[in-house]
Amino acid sequence: MADYEKTVQLGHGSGGTMSHEIVQQVFLKHLRDPLLLALEDGAVLDDQRWLEPSDGRIAFTTDSYVVRPLVFPGGDIGKLAVCGTVNDLAMRGAIPRFMSVGYILEEGLSLQTLDRVVASMAQTAQAAGVRIVTGDTKVVDRGSADGVFINTAGIGTVPSGIEISATRAVAGDVILVSGAMGDHGLTIMTQREGLMFGGSLQSDCRPLASLVQVMLRCCPDIHVLRDPTRGGLASALNEVAEQSNVGIEINELAVPVHDAVRAASELLGLDPLYVANEGKLMAIVPDKHAQRVLGAMREHPDGAEAAVIGRVVASNPGRVVVETLLGTRRIVDMLAGEQLPRIC
Amino acid sequence: MCLAVPLRVESVDGAVGRVSLGGVLRDISLVLTPEAQTGDYVLVHTGFAISVLDEKEAQETLALFAELEEASRAVEAADPRTTEGATAQG
Amino acid sequence: MKYSDEYRDPGVARRLVDAITQAAKKRFSVMEFCGGHTHAIMRFGIRQALSSHVDLLSGPGCPVCVTANADIDAAIALAERPGITVATFGDMVRVPGSRSSLQEARSRGADVQVVYSALDAVNMAAADGDRSMVMLGIGFETTAPTIAASVKQAQAMGLCNYYVYSMHKLTPPAMKAILGAGEIKVDAVLGPGHVTSITGWKAWDFLPRAHGIPCAVSGFEPTDILSAILAIAESLNEPAAQRRVSNTYARGVTAEGNSVAKRLMADVFEMAPALWRGLGELPGSGLDLGPEYAAYDAKRVFEIGDLETTTADARGCRCSQVLRGLIAPPECPLFRHGCNPAHPIGPCMVSGEGACSAYYRYGGALD
Repeated sequence: MADYEKTVQLGHGSGGTMSHEIVQQVFLKHLRDPLLLALEDGAVLDDQRWLEPSDGRIAFTTDSYVVRPLVFPGGDIGKLAVCGTVNDLAMRGAIPRFMSVGYILEEGLSLQTLDRVVASMAQTAQAAGVRIVTGDTKVVDRGSADGVFINTAGIGTVPSGIEISATRAVAGDVILVSGAMGDHGLTIMTQREGLMFGGSLQSDCRPLASLVQVMLRCCPDIHVLRDPTRGGLASALNEVAEQSNVGIEINELAVPVHDAVRAASELLGLDPLYVANEGKLMAIVPDKHAQRVLGAMREHPDGAEAAVIGRVVASNPGRVVVETLLGTRRIVDMLAGEQLPRIC
Repeated sequence: MCLAVPLRVESVDGAVGRVSLGGVLRDISLVLTPEAQTGDYVLVHTGFAISVLDEKEAQETLALFAELEEASRAVEAADPRTTEGATAQG
Repeated sequence: MKYSDEYRDPGVARRLVDAITQAAKKRFSVMEFCGGHTHAIMRFGIRQALSSHVDLLSGPGCPVCVTANADIDAAIALAERPGITVATFGDMVRVPGSRSSLQEARSRGADVQVVYSALDAVNMAAADGDRSMVMLGIGFETTAPTIAASVKQAQAMGLCNYYVYSMHKLTPPAMKAILGAGEIKVDAVLGPGHVTSITGWKAWDFLPRAHGIPCAVSGFEPTDILSAILAIAESLNEPAAQRRVSNTYARGVTAEGNSVAKRLMADVFEMAPALWRGLGELPGSGLDLGPEYAAYDAKRVFEIGDLETTTADARGCRCSQVLRGLIAPPECPLFRHGCNPAHPIGPCMVSGEGACSAYYRYGGALD
């Protein structure tokens, strides 16, 4: 492409030579899977080895990524797209295998930004052990997208004996989180509103498949796994309480929160329990296995700050109750609408 | 009203103070608290310092809490109905 | 976090609860006039901790909840005009007016921008000289000085496109209206800590002197609130003539308050009548930009016209009664029956500090 062509233009989505150029010079510069490089209309997954170990169950997920800003401390939309997809599969106990990526580019997007995003996507996929085997690009008019929208689909295989579902929590189970809550959402919000600069707020965006595999080797009978993304931990817990028809009790003081997140939350009037995470999971496991799972998590780099935060109970089914630092109890509902910074 | 958070002034540049907490940094206006200096803690509301915290008063409040704690323990220790009291009298 | 964590010690909090129950010779009621207190009391479960001896009532202290439909309608009308951007604190975005909210208007193309600070709005005005930036001046005495400072900043920068639409209200008139109406029994007042850091605690002297009721100025951490309620319990044991204002937030509050802020408010604003949801129009209870700042006054500069504002509470909404402390949120027939944070009918449910929202999120019934 000529030097003066520093931005995405409508022609890049037309299917002609400009499209071909952007695919070759940006996407395929970084995404190098042989199936993708063949540039067929679809990838045929004809090597049977990827189905092992498995009892034939395939996990399939889809997601779209619309984050703004596109690049933030700790990651970017490319990294986020891979992590989100891989983590959705991992939350069902699946080993992530393949992904598709569809890019919707806004006319005027800087090619340098696009290059960075795609490079990051490729690196993250490599680190997570997932193959990006098929992709698509479209370009829309200026103003119709926030720079880049990414849609993905992911396929994984579920080993036999793994039954992880939001319906499986039972009274007596222990609830664990893999680390501190609120890092991603607070980072995005403060970046977006120009609220903070400098300091240690960083997205926690990372793939969790490896952590989950370690946990499952230690205890194949994990009942529930959830990654608390939009709506935060509180919303994820509410979903489980409802789907399993159980009560959930958590101890507020036991939920880990980094100092920087706590400070930013206090300043903006936000509650970390409702803030998105992109590199954390919540696990509900039988009581007798809890300590071992916790130990296994803490030994893994992505679970170093893992903690027990509460229990599943029979009382108040469908409700999440938090014990406050005063020892009093209050209900924590699903997030309703967006959490906005407040002054009062 | 309401949401104001105590933050430490790390540096002052005219009417602008840089505050930090938990490693997060932000510039705020000191227009309402021109007396604020580096090292002071200020209450920050919507990007403005509205008050400089009085360290001495803060310590006095905490000292009162400590006295309350002492007094409660003494009462418990003397009360035969509590374990402490029973042991003491034992 | 320094100056925060030390005031959240669970052991101290429990001791204070014990001390309150010991000091209280009989059950008493305390009303708070600050949305931040509503929120903190709920968040830390203080109502439950004290339920055996103390009734905690929520007064009209949520600035968003007391904003009248007329003001919200005007803000929406301005945002819908080409060439105008309305900047607002997040609290106001979902509050319903007569027909719509700022958020709903934004979804239809109105230019609404959430800001953390009025200075952000000033900077946005400076960056785009072609647009008029109207900052919504919401809040009581804590926020008004910051809005005043933003006007002075715009003036110093020579901006011709920064305006303020003032909906600011003052706390003492609301207190006087509630206590004067005699609709409910209030034994004591929990003084708003951050408003008082501006006004000084002497501003509440009228409460013990004219009404015989004690007032304790309180911060927002659990032990701050409990210390203040303890001071109230002790004060109620004294004869009415000896009751005073207690300053249990001494680290942030002085007798005279912040004189720089008060001077700035007096310079930029003048007292005016204001329309309060639930209380009607109260004389001298609001702030409007003074005549020397007419060029920055959205109310003077922009012709707003008839907005067909409805004043009746929509659909059986009882926010006005909740705001006056006449009913607790669960007593409103719409509470949880049609009105909830996802689908709020009135402002008390929309605002994070509204009594109904706090009750819904924190006060649910437990087995």
